[in-house]
Amino acid sequence: MSNGQSRFHVPAPPFRPGDAPDFSHLDLQKAGEAKRPDPLTAPAKMTDLAMGLIGVLDHNHQAVGEWDPRLSPEVLREGLSHMVLTRIYDARMLKLQRQGKMSFYMKSLGEEAVAVAAAMALEKSDMVFPSYRQQGILFARGRNIVDMMCHCISNSRDNLKGRQLPVHYTWAEGNFFSISGNLGTQFPQAVGYAMACAYKGEDTIAASWIGDGTTAAPDFHAAMTLASTYRAPVILNVVNNQWAISTYEGIAKGDSPTFASKGLGYGLASLRVDGNDFLAVYAATKWAADRARKGGGATFIELFTYRADAHSTSDDPSRYRPKNEFEVWPLGDPIERLKNHLIGFGEWDEERHEKLEEQMTALVVKSYKEAESHGTLHDGPLSPTHTIFEDVYATEDWRLRRQRQDLGV
Amino acid sequence: MTIEVLMPALSPTMEEGTLARWLVKEGDDVKSGDVIAEIETDKATMEVEAVEEGIVAKLLVEAGTEGVKVNAPIAILKEEGESDEAVKSAASKSSETPAEQGESRGQEQDKDEVPDRAEGASGSSAKDEGGEKAKAKSSSLKDPEIPEGTKMVSTTVRDALRDAMAEEMRRDERVFVMGEEVAEYQGAYKVTRELLQEFGAKRVVDTPITEHGFAGVGVGAAFAGLKPVVEFMTFNFAMQAIDHIINSAAKTLYMSGGQMGCPIVFRGPNSAASRVGAQHSQDYSAWYANVPGLKVIAPYDAADAKGLLKAAIRDPNPVVFLEHELIYGESFDVPDVDDWVLPIGKAKIRREGTDCTITAHSRMVGFALQAAEKLAEEGIECEVIDLRTLRPLDTDTVVESVKKTNRIVCAEEGWGRMGVGAEIAAVVTAEAFDYLDAPPARVHQADVPLPYAANLEKLALPGVDDIIKAVKAVTYAE
Repeated sequence: MSNGQSRFHVPAPPFRPGDAPDFSHLDLQKAGEAKRPDPLTAPAKMTDLAMGLIGVLDHNHQAVGEWDPRLSPEVLREGLSHMVLTRIYDARMLKLQRQGKMSFYMKSLGEEAVAVAAAMALEKSDMVFPSYRQQGILFARGRNIVDMMCHCISNSRDNLKGRQLPVHYTWAEGNFFSISGNLGTQFPQAVGYAMACAYKGEDTIAASWIGDGTTAAPDFHAAMTLASTYRAPVILNVVNNQWAISTYEGIAKGDSPTFASKGLGYGLASLRVDGNDFLAVYAATKWAADRARKGGGATFIELFTYRADAHSTSDDPSRYRPKNEFEVWPLGDPIERLKNHLIGFGEWDEERHEKLEEQMTALVVKSYKEAESHGTLHDGPLSPTHTIFEDVYATEDWRLRRQRQDLGV
Repeated sequence: MTIEVLMPALSPTMEEGTLARWLVKEGDDVKSGDVIAEIETDKATMEVEAVEEGIVAKLLVEAGTEGVKVNAPIAILKEEGESDEAVKSAASKSSETPAEQGESRGQEQDKDEVPDRAEGASGSSAKDEGGEKAKAKSSSLKDPEIPEGTKMVSTTVRDALRDAMAEEMRRDERVFVMGEEVAEYQGAYKVTRELLQEFGAKRVVDTPITEHGFAGVGVGAAFAGLKPVVEFMTFNFAMQAIDHIINSAAKTLYMSGGQMGCPIVFRGPNSAASRVGAQHSQDYSAWYANVPGLKVIAPYDAADAKGLLKAAIRDPNPVVFLEHELIYGESFDVPDVDDWVLPIGKAKIRREGTDCTITAHSRMVGFALQAAEKLAEEGIECEVIDLRTLRPLDTDTVVESVKKTNRIVCAEEGWGRMGVGAEIAAVVTAEAFDYLDAPPARVHQADVPLPYAANLEKLALPGVDDIIKAVKAVTYAE
């Protein structure tokens, strides 16, 4: 009995507000060190990839090792441009939310490579089942920014007709699944979608993303089991950005050495990847997509990154973590790293980067003006009231029509 | 926005009528309640009232036109200042609808869905033979006619469900079955008998024990355009799958702004079996029937089980299909026709009567019929309505019956609080209050988790005697 206190355990993060964060305890494998096996290798023969860290960009911003995807400067500049746009868009949306022009927002600061590089490594026909922090996929797939903004404002051009929280996008045309407010449901659904692609004999695969916190949910475990059982052509990503709102990664991870290692027990190919390294994310996603397309089954990827801003506009992270964690984050900033890589071999410079930022800022400002021409949060026009009774069923039920008539709309 | 005025129905059986005369012309201002047209059938005439205010922008059907389908748009109202463009687009949209509505049920259609065609133009005033004003509404959903001389085949409910799946799987390659024990074992209750042998392991898929997980997989496959039939060994185990059923399957079409629908059937036994304890005996009828976006079916006999499961598989919406373990082995006549498909959302009057209406679904229908037979021996004639579909609920059939019998007993196997009977009692009270000669009565399970021991279980579950007692109470027979 006297020993009870030592047996009751709730893990705590290494640093709290006021502490000086120091991540030197993280044992991170150096870029270029991880081996790149053939994509059809049996999971049991590459378990080291779940414990180490796949990285391509080293400290000098050089691309090194077997995982270097050897992308052309054009593709790298495109990736950089999508990431810059994502960051500027996010910053602008946050500002507008703070001015009361939007009800709610969620940024992806620091995690832009996770979404943008994966989207560029996938085919546009591949179905994505994201969580709410992969808006970068939409920019990479060419979604109209005005439409994205109209959704966030819930105005008359909101393609979700005022029925969903801002940032919870749906874009059927772009093979972008409807983002669920209930965390994790997309994981088994992506497995089912992928199985359906295999059933139909299509080459298409599915990919899904959840956060580190959601790995504790039943959806995670069921999806991992079923993806393994049916060798579904799916990529299951967990974005380990260290924080599930205020709980640090250890609350969901427990004593597992890494999140990626959780995949090994399910018999899945499991990779741990530097999520702030555009080239590594791209290469790992491409590898997993090859494996899926060739019938090798599912891959589980942990993207090791850092949530640099608040969880959402309703969160204040200064209450639970030191303010400067991101500044000392050992894996740096994904945009800076890709930018410096391009500069390193003469395909980019500071001046062009500044110009890119100006262009993207101008695009976002102009798009927002256009979005507001379709209605503002306070003065409208918003989604027309009669649409409230549409789309409950694929065909209108007379009871819904009666409700609409009773409401006089 | 523009407002469509729809062809109203004068009676539950009316499918079409003549637009005898317009009392307004294009450009007229109308107020709510103004009579704008007269409709005729072979039985009666009816005045059509405007429900909303507006300007008559367009009359879509000429006076004197015969055979105007119920629920077809007949005119368009616009608001002051509304553009002609909007009217034009509404008119062109309307012109497509009547044709669709004219298709009769039971015909083979090259469409995925069994059209859920029903009506309800409110605010019309009817002058029927009795001169009584009744709210115009009807249920024109009808069971397909069974041609005279059709062979009836005695079939168990179990085999009728099996046949429905087999026929739909032959008809549509997108249909597949998944669940625990459905393949080699032929289903925990043998409902998937021989499906593996006929369709192979690709279309009859065994799953591990995670209702939550494989419901999610099914939902994902449905979003990919397949038509999964997800079998739950019982709906009790599906409680953990309810997040996928409700939050994803039922809500995504709406939340995605109509971009992504989920055509899926969740089926399996629901409610009590024989002594399996409270955790294996729950009736989920009221739970699922509470949710917009879902359709919920709970058939009683084999013909309905077959016809409604086929309709459910073809429906473009998520359908929860509640079966009953204790009637799987019961045999009923099923018409031996090529494609037996029944309308979702239509109740069936299983016994006509004048003294009291009894509503029931699933296994309780059998008890209601037995109760009705016994009551008839004492001179009390009950009308037994098998609800068949709980969402959308065919309240019109119930209300019409109560207007005739003036009494109602709502029977269900599940708990009474917030239950199916509570809903029906509320609807009847609201829509037929003046016709009631007694307060609506409910018959349901005792408000306790179902006990295991046979004597206690029997006491807790509703049965024939409970229905008889309730009918006698509302008819003041005792």
